[in-house]
Amino acid sequence: MATNTEVTPEVPVQEDKATLSRRQFLTKLSVGLSGVAAAIVGLPVVGFLLGPLFRRSPQEWRGVGAVDKFQVGQTIEVTFQDPSPLPWAGVAAGTAAWLRREGQDQFRAFAVNCTHLGCPVRWLPDASLFMCPCHGGVFYQDGKVAAGPPPHPLSEYKVRVNNGQVEILTSPTPIG
Amino acid sequence: MGPLRRAWQWFDDRSGASKAIGPVATHAVPRGSAWSWALGSATLFAFLVQVVTGIGLATAYVTSTADAYQSLQFISHQATFGGLIRGMHYWGASAMVLFIGLHMAQVFLIAAYKFPRELNWLSGVALLGVTLAMGFTGQLLRWDQTAVWSVFVAAAQAGRAPIVGQALVHFILAGDTVGGATLTRFFAYHVFFVPALIFGLVGLHLFLVLYHGVSEPPKAGRPVDPKTYRSWYHEYLKTEGVPFWPDSAWRDVVVGVAMIVVLVGLALFVGAPELGKPPDPTLLDAYPRPDWYLLWYFAVLALLPTNLEDILILLLPAIAGVLLVSLPFLSNRGERSALRRPWAMGIVLMVIVMISTLWIKGDQAPWSPAFTAQALPPGVIQNQANALASESVVTGAGLFHSKGCENCHMVAGYGGQRGPNLTTIGQRLSSSQMTTRILNGGNNMPAYGGNLTPDQLNALVAFLSSRRPPTVTQPGVVSGGSQ
Repeated sequence: MATNTEVTPEVPVQEDKATLSRRQFLTKLSVGLSGVAAAIVGLPVVGFLLGPLFRRSPQEWRGVGAVDKFQVGQTIEVTFQDPSPLPWAGVAAGTAAWLRREGQDQFRAFAVNCTHLGCPVRWLPDASLFMCPCHGGVFYQDGKVAAGPPPHPLSEYKVRVNNGQVEILTSPTPIG
Repeated sequence: MGPLRRAWQWFDDRSGASKAIGPVATHAVPRGSAWSWALGSATLFAFLVQVVTGIGLATAYVTSTADAYQSLQFISHQATFGGLIRGMHYWGASAMVLFIGLHMAQVFLIAAYKFPRELNWLSGVALLGVTLAMGFTGQLLRWDQTAVWSVFVAAAQAGRAPIVGQALVHFILAGDTVGGATLTRFFAYHVFFVPALIFGLVGLHLFLVLYHGVSEPPKAGRPVDPKTYRSWYHEYLKTEGVPFWPDSAWRDVVVGVAMIVVLVGLALFVGAPELGKPPDPTLLDAYPRPDWYLLWYFAVLALLPTNLEDILILLLPAIAGVLLVSLPFLSNRGERSALRRPWAMGIVLMVIVMISTLWIKGDQAPWSPAFTAQALPPGVIQNQANALASESVVTGAGLFHSKGCENCHMVAGYGGQRGPNLTTIGQRLSSSQMTTRILNGGNNMPAYGGNLTPDQLNALVAFLSSRRPPTVTQPGVVSGGSQ
């Protein structure tokens, strides 16, 4: 069986000025067109990926229960849905907050994210403290830092009482 | 000539397979390479295991925050060989991280990063980065409770970056919060973006290995001189070179196969970690911790000085990256033998000790409150041999548990390790000192001033005062302290 030892024969070298100039032009044309093609395909994808940076979910008031459900001085976990959950979000569409009733119509809603690195803080009712399991951050019942590495008090959501219902205003996860 | 041989010859002629692969397979490599030269191949084998098992997992994994958890339960417990494949993928990730670390340490020790192999090292550093990225994104695809909260932790770290922090948070979460878009993003990173980078970098890395040749075993007194190294290496291979296949490749094959056998064994007999609770962000009894290969960094985050944390949380990885990248530019000539570079051995030893220590600390996590601490049993509360504890001491012991003191303080083996061990605190502090500390807090302890009635405070102090070491009053009779 014959074998081909010269699969890619050398291109004859033509070094006259016109040929060189034409080659330079064709090189630039090819590189430029490739760049344009890459940009046409790539830019929308990059824009798609960076979309969340420029898109903000609308803020919504979410009801978390009737006022009577909460006792003065008590802090309990409440859950509510994100403002515009994607249809396939499932349980990920939920958010929790620690709601504290401080007076007849006075409520405070603390984010569950530790201000250190975002882990979920737990409420210890007898100790009246929030504790973080990850690196030991501790917060008082008013959200102020009691111990550990958290740099800031717990973040808070806006709360209102509307038609006998306690409502929380959704907001981006307060981390970072 | 048989039909098979004729078919092969036809295929080889038309494809050029022998001409393309032959010179690569039989290129000369230095004789006398040790088993440690196979660490890079072992990393590549581990990556290939990840590719194959990852493709298998992707055929059943549902990339939706609503269903991913259930699909993984199906893969783990119902699909044919699903548990085995998931186990191999988990242990394969561990192997990849382990071997790339060992390979890097070996290359550093024999100074194979020196001229002309600086780019080999740099592409290896990039591969280390993308391997860790694969490990982290892979852990998130488990999409259980820990995975969800790990996303928050990653975003919170990125959020510390000045100016672009919040933008990074939104980019990582793919929105304002963890939601439907978050998992699909991480899935795309894990199975498309990062593997594409790995394929490209592995291709570059292997090309550079062929282009510059496999580094020869170092010898004390034989320094690298960029002016003469290439010609010297060329001549060296003429006398000391052997064909890569099979004289050197057999070790790579043996190590790779052994690794795969071990991976299958681990997958069969240990398996992948069981999934945690469902990925519901409203379930707050979570304790997100990274897989073992990032556990040391979990410890770093806990041990950073609070006042410098904002800077160090970003600066430390940046410094590590800069050091790794600048290494071949700081020292690309001279001695390669570790015997003439004792500082190199010292650095490797220091890194091993540092990471091991942090790893142990990360595993113990003494800074984490012990939420599951049991109330002190009567045998521990009883503070005097053959005598019942007083009522106030018993009440104080109950408060010690209910008020969360036990979450951070240990007494007789019960409780957390975040604060000082209080087993014998009655011997170290007076009642008034304890009272002051409890009411005012301090030294990383919350103030309980507004959270205890005077009676509760007295009971707590009574309990703590009763904590004393056993004292021998006469031979054979022990009194006081815990049981």
